[in-house]
Amino acid sequence: MARIAGVDIPDKKRGEIALTYIFGIGRSTAQKILAQAGISLDKKAGEWNDEEASAIRNIIAAEFKTEGQLRSEIQLNIKRLMDIGCYRGLRHRKGLPLRGQRTKNNSRTRKGKRKTVANKKKATK
Amino acid sequence: MARSLKKGPYIDYRLDNKVIAMNESGKKSVIKTWSRRSMISPDFVGHTFAVHNGNKFIPVYVTENMVGHKLGEFAPTRNFRGHIAKKDKGKR
Repeated sequence: MARIAGVDIPDKKRGEIALTYIFGIGRSTAQKILAQAGISLDKKAGEWNDEEASAIRNIIAAEFKTEGQLRSEIQLNIKRLMDIGCYRGLRHRKGLPLRGQRTKNNSRTRKGKRKTVANKKKATK
Repeated sequence: MARSLKKGPYIDYRLDNKVIAMNESGKKSVIKTWSRRSMISPDFVGHTFAVHNGNKFIPVYVTENMVGHKLGEFAPTRNFRGHIAKKDKGKR
């Protein structure tokens, strides 16, 4: 099992897919990396020899932000928004969607599990 | 959709002129503005703007981090205080 950028890469998948197990690398980035290293997209990750693996490692280290580095950059960006007190920062603080989506219903991804309010169903009158 | 780069950032020209005049004279005072759509340019740093939110003017002190945002982003137009407490709802 190869280790690239601090992540275990599955041996049995095609190189193009295997690289996407790294945070910060998707299909198109993986294709670019393999093209640059001159490795076939269809070659399984387990079949890379040491030379190919180190070529991939070098390309990733030189050109892409991955894993922890990328995560901390994202957190810093969010923190900046919260610190300057702009609208997007306020929405981050409240855990609500940032881009003008409705919040009357849905937006459960941001709001989390439903919190039911007791006795809401009883109609007044 | 984002604004075309060709046009450059939008800044209300009256507001821009006021800021430039203030920078030249070295004076500092609060600028009242309704122009929430104006981008904050690097010239604005260090000034205080009173940005209208539809009801009143919200003081916004511009720091370096805010460059590239719009003035309106710092003056919220809605004020959500939470839902009515349970007891009030039960009565009636």
